[in-house]
Amino acid sequence: MAKNKIYPSFKEAVADIPGGATVITGGWGAPGDLPDNLTVALRDHGAKNLTIICVTPGTPQRMADAWGKKTEHITPNILIANKQVKKVICSISFPTTDFEKAMLAGEIEVEWSPQGTLAERIRAGGAGIGGFYTRTGAGTIVAEGKEKKIIDGKEYIFELPLKADYALIRAYKADKLGNLIYRGMQRGFNSVEAPAARITIAEVDDIVEVGELDPDIIVTPELFVDRIVKIPTEGDK
Amino acid sequence: MKQRLDQTTIALRIAKEFKDGDVVNLGYGLPTLAGMFIPEDVRVIFHSENGILGYGAPLSADERDQWDPCLINASAQFVTRLPGMSVFNCSEAFGMIRGGHLGIAVLGGLQVSEKGDLANWIMPGRAGGMGGAMDLAACGSKLIVGMEHTTKDGGMRILKQCNYPLTAPECVSLVCTDLAVIEVTKEGLLLKEVAPGWTADEIQAVTEPKLIVSKDLKEIEL
Repeated sequence: MAKNKIYPSFKEAVADIPGGATVITGGWGAPGDLPDNLTVALRDHGAKNLTIICVTPGTPQRMADAWGKKTEHITPNILIANKQVKKVICSISFPTTDFEKAMLAGEIEVEWSPQGTLAERIRAGGAGIGGFYTRTGAGTIVAEGKEKKIIDGKEYIFELPLKADYALIRAYKADKLGNLIYRGMQRGFNSVEAPAARITIAEVDDIVEVGELDPDIIVTPELFVDRIVKIPTEGDK
Repeated sequence: MKQRLDQTTIALRIAKEFKDGDVVNLGYGLPTLAGMFIPEDVRVIFHSENGILGYGAPLSADERDQWDPCLINASAQFVTRLPGMSVFNCSEAFGMIRGGHLGIAVLGGLQVSEKGDLANWIMPGRAGGMGGAMDLAACGSKLIVGMEHTTKDGGMRILKQCNYPLTAPECVSLVCTDLAVIEVTKEGLLLKEVAPGWTADEIQAVTEPKLIVSKDLKEIEL
């Protein structure tokens, strides 16, 4: 019999994340592509000294306002505000966030990665690749301290893979085995991140029976997904 | 006082560079405006590094009923879902960029050097991230930079050497400012167009490196 991957609540899905863990919080940063519920559950769970890997650790409220979001835009910023984070590996940040304040106050360590390099480092982490040479960042401060190599007459820099203990991701639908499909930009970073963690937890709009998802459209196969939680909708108990 | 072009007009000039069938990535801010000026008989295929190709125009607040929380461009605008649009993961999206599959990338700028070095992601002494700018600048596709020719207090932005942290060295093909259109060539910076009423000497006075004045120098045409 297949292992039951369906968790009844976000709280239970993140309950074993220990202090000091490395956690990917998924998505690119659109209104509908971040694991809002799992991120809130991790804040309420309270594990500390976390290393967070994400695209952006915080979005200013004005952006959420422009998107017409009625509630706060949930990002890893809430974990930083709650003093749970010791290090962030990310690509972009915005003023006025708790992340920015904590960074400027020296309360958190920050490692910047160009966004495409970040995506590829995560992909490499999930795919067992020991690193790669890229043109991105050559001749800039990103190259400082990194191995350089001339390939075909051009300078490349060496980037290391990224792996995590846990990944919190957002997808559209799962089947009961954990196969995932995405909507729009949910695919962008979430599907790259799913393979890169020891335990990958997905929050989804819907969980369907095995066989209901056409194999031709499954993006993330079940072996990358350990836990799934359905996002409650009105009328759910 | 002679006029400088406003941001929208710079964007209009940039859009003239797009040809039918070009795959174009527009950076945050001014470059995004260039997407609004595509002639009807030209098909420009817009790429966004968050994983979409072939998306349509940004949707305004009045078009809120069409907003899709899973469909924004890299400037965080909701965009139209066009027939033929595709979505893909960001590893692939940046593979398209680094692999040289874009025709044109358009970025904003803080400084551009004589050799085409670009600094556009951070001021010295500030903390922050570069997002996708370094990947786009280093990709080897035609790179157009849209920016104001000088800083607010009149300082030069087109310099012999950038003194802000670089986005990528030797990457810029064309600079479109509120005063001029300048091409980066092996021989140096080639002044091709000037804003209405401005002379080559006046542009040179606000540009540090020696400009090569094109034989066909003309007013910026839109």
